[in-house]
Amino acid sequence: MSTSARYWREIPQRYRYEASKCKGCGAVWFPPRLICAECGKREFEDVTLSNTGKVQTFTVIRVAPNEFCDESPYAIGVVELDDGVMIQCQIVDCLPEEIKTGMPVKIEFRKVKQEGQAGIINYGYKAVPAA
Amino acid sequence: MVDVAVIGVGMMKWGELWDKSLRAVFVEAALNAIDDAGVDRIDSMYVGCMTSGLFTGQEHLGALMADYLGVCPIPATRVESACASGGIAFRQGLIEVASGMSEIVLVGGVEKMTDVDGGGATYALSTAADQEYEDYNGVTFPGLYAMMARAHMEKYGTTRKQLSEVAVKNHDNGSKNPNAQFRMKLTVDKVAGSVMVADPLTILDCSPITDGAAAAIICPLETAKKISKKPLVRVTGSGQATDTIALHQRKDVTWLAAAEIAAEKAYKMAGVKPSDIDLAEVHDCFTIAEICAIEALGFAEKGKGGPVSENGETAIGGRIPINTSGGLKSKGHPVGATGVAQICEITEQLRGESGERQVKDAKRGLTQNMGGTCASSVVHILEVA
Ligand SMILES: [Zn+2]
Repeated sequence: MSTSARYWREIPQRYRYEASKCKGCGAVWFPPRLICAECGKREFEDVTLSNTGKVQTFTVIRVAPNEFCDESPYAIGVVELDDGVMIQCQIVDCLPEEIKTGMPVKIEFRKVKQEGQAGIINYGYKAVPAA
Repeated sequence: MVDVAVIGVGMMKWGELWDKSLRAVFVEAALNAIDDAGVDRIDSMYVGCMTSGLFTGQEHLGALMADYLGVCPIPATRVESACASGGIAFRQGLIEVASGMSEIVLVGGVEKMTDVDGGGATYALSTAADQEYEDYNGVTFPGLYAMMARAHMEKYGTTRKQLSEVAVKNHDNGSKNPNAQFRMKLTVDKVAGSVMVADPLTILDCSPITDGAAAAIICPLETAKKISKKPLVRVTGSGQATDTIALHQRKDVTWLAAAEIAAEKAYKMAGVKPSDIDLAEVHDCFTIAEICAIEALGFAEKGKGGPVSENGETAIGGRIPINTSGGLKSKGHPVGATGVAQICEITEQLRGESGERQVKDAKRGLTQNMGGTCASSVVHILEVA
């Protein structure tokens, strides 16, 4: 269970894919970091992630966490974006058996889950087939 | 640094122990270790536990367990590193004895997982992953390891049958272990045909939900020579490492870099190489995990963990017996206890006490324990002194 503050502070990443690019070595971090794990520099510029990429690996969740049990089965994958950043998200708008490693995807803003008894909607990003 | 010996180990029957509390489970294993060592005092203790707060609402385990073990006011420290909590607790105890700060130290590990329902247990375990960027999307631990499995299969040609062989072998071993939770034997078809949890992993690719504890007593080797009546087992190597918390941030999701680096450190400290190891207990939380672990530890070439598991090299009597105890798969996986139980199994093997599952002429064994998707890992090498 999240508090509103906890949800709100991740909005720049979940809604707008905001990342940080190291001014020392150019590494892009998502979510943003305070220190670059590659070179140790602490200065960054804000960048927006690419919204296209390819599926690197995936699975189909058939035994889901309580918050997602009405959704299962659903696919989750690791996606390498065109700028080289790796993210993990659900892969939707296709049947699980249509998903292949290497498949081009687009990243879209979607509802991820409903939280608590009040049913507060949590948003984020999901991958959909690009073609 | 003081040379350190394991002079006592304590296991117990693992399973769904509805009649036993968190504290009772821990104290039972700790007393077994104390009796096995034949010591009349403990100078300090460590408790490995992942998340008793989420499983039972109880934290502050150092004090609780010291109290119920009747050893107050000795120092008691709880150690948490997800499923590697037990192995890392052992390393902390080792460091305390090696430094000369304490003489006789008890290291225990415990988890009481069945006081919550299946959903509660899934949630508690999921806290070892990145809450904001992995769990938020609905992934589970079987799901994360399933993604590792698919990548390994597509990159190296690892097969469904090879995954199953790991489970079959570990249940064969566990059937010979009276403390194991699931002692039934399996077949490759049964593993592949069981309920799908997260493609390509079935329920029989996964380690179970378990209540249990394990404990070990360690002291300086010189003290052990005076007080121990058992064959002496020395801890010759220890290594620990970390990796990114999120699986998707790794350059290669099939490679357990933290296990590789922890092993390198342990091998260097012991002055040995993988081919010098007679047997190992590795962290088979899922069948794919054992395949990846034997590669990271140097028992199989990169990408060859599948064929090595299929051709019998890792069975008792094979080139490098892996998980003679039954592993997490058959013996059970009370997460905080697992790393300590690995030490118990290797110690008993090196003493020649393992009965039906004894590895002939076992002189040097290794343990590998990991947390999450191997964001933390710890390796120990034990030898007949
Ligand atoms: Zn940098």
